Amino acid sequence: MNWFQSFLVSSLGQKIVMSLTGLFLTIFLIVHLVGNLQLLHDDGGQAFNLYSYFMTHNPLIKTVSYLLYTGIILHTIQGLSLWRQNRKAAGGMKRYVKTSTATSSFAGRNMAWLGILIFIFLVIHLKDFWYVMKFTSQLEMITYPGQDHEVKNLYQLVSVEFKELWVVVIYSISMVVLAFHLLHGFTSAFQTIGANHPKYMTLIKVVGKLYAFLIPIGFAIIPIIFYCCK
Amino acid sequence: MKINLKVWRQKNTNTSGKIVNYVVNEVNPDMSFLEMIDVLNGQLVRKGEDPIAFDHDCREGICGMCSMVVDGRPHGPLHGTTTCQLYMRNYKDGDTIYVEPFRAHAFPIIKDLAVNRGAFDRIIAAGGFVSVSTGQAQDANAIPVEKAVADNAMDAAACIGCGACVAACPNGSAMLFTAAKVSHLNQLPQGKAEATRRALNMVKQMDAEGFGKCSNIGACEAECPKEISIENIARLNREYIKAVFTGE
Repeated sequence: MNWFQSFLVSSLGQKIVMSLTGLFLTIFLIVHLVGNLQLLHDDGGQAFNLYSYFMTHNPLIKTVSYLLYTGIILHTIQGLSLWRQNRKAAGGMKRYVKTSTATSSFAGRNMAWLGILIFIFLVIHLKDFWYVMKFTSQLEMITYPGQDHEVKNLYQLVSVEFKELWVVVIYSISMVVLAFHLLHGFTSAFQTIGANHPKYMTLIKVVGKLYAFLIPIGFAIIPIIFYCCK
Repeated sequence: MKINLKVWRQKNTNTSGKIVNYVVNEVNPDMSFLEMIDVLNGQLVRKGEDPIAFDHDCREGICGMCSMVVDGRPHGPLHGTTTCQLYMRNYKDGDTIYVEPFRAHAFPIIKDLAVNRGAFDRIIAAGGFVSVSTGQAQDANAIPVEKAVADNAMDAAACIGCGACVAACPNGSAMLFTAAKVSHLNQLPQGKAEATRRALNMVKQMDAEGFGKCSNIGACEAECPKEISIENIARLNREYIKAVFTGE
């Protein structure tokens, strides 16, 4: 093995892969949320549809989207692999007859389970919108005034989907799961790349907590508003 | 005081063990947890039974030999305390206490509560030292060390290598131990010469022993009898990244 391969298979290398892909996905969440919030404009979906056209046609964004798919896959595979290795290292699932949870957080202990739930949600979410938009011709085409091209009416699909109660429930619960995953993941990612110092650790922790609450809330209010008030 | 104990009994590494119930009467509140087990062992020996095997040495909280997971917590429920410094006055008459060995794939059980922590010795042998030529001892003040650096190194050096971090970690990771040793030596001028090799080799040995991968849960820091901070783990991460990307 050359030096880089042995770095990637070392315990720290594997964790750094988790950390960097995790931070990348964390940043993606903001971009995704800012885009999604345009669904709340009272313009019959014009802003959102033009935005989604831009996101699917801009070459830079397209390149980043392939990086994103790679990031999700790497984070998932590496995470599951670490989970399996760690179960073995700890001495199996049934470790102590009397277990104590006094010194570890719920999120910290359950990152793998939370991650698996998020992955299942991602599959549902991609099938609901991404698949329908990219690989079917179910969406109607509209041309907005001042535009010289047709755009797909993704807004209409969103408003139909979010009228179903069970869809809204699944999306909201998934955001709670995401919140817990971020609650541990955000600060953890910084610790792994070595960024823990009394000078700024408090700041990272505070931003991490805010992030873990605000981002999932931002996502969750969209289906809820569509269900009750649109 | 009367104490009900549920103790993990296991003949040797290759057999499976189980929890056995014992009652210890006349426990003095000023006894340490280990002294209470001594009393129980006395009872067992008088009855012709096999006494409980457990590790202990200095019994003053500095050697790192005593272990035991007490009610699911390495070294028991007190903060910054080894099992030998846990006194029975922290319990009430009639309490039931679970006593189990430190558990990790890399810490095989020798017998009952005694586990083999040789993996730690091999991590130390991989780089937890400073190579110096022997001879006349150098004047202590000849090498200046900045106060804050000396303090940080001293805090890390407080690690007694007991393995509570591994037993507490849901991943069975030895990162806090390895990080404390690397932090202690890599910050000091005497240790800097071998800093790169130390970070690489100690992590390599830690992985080879089958310890888990740190996921920053922080249970190690909370259970550490010497209160070693996980800031040291971040420092090891930095030292390791630096060693991988800039080392020769």
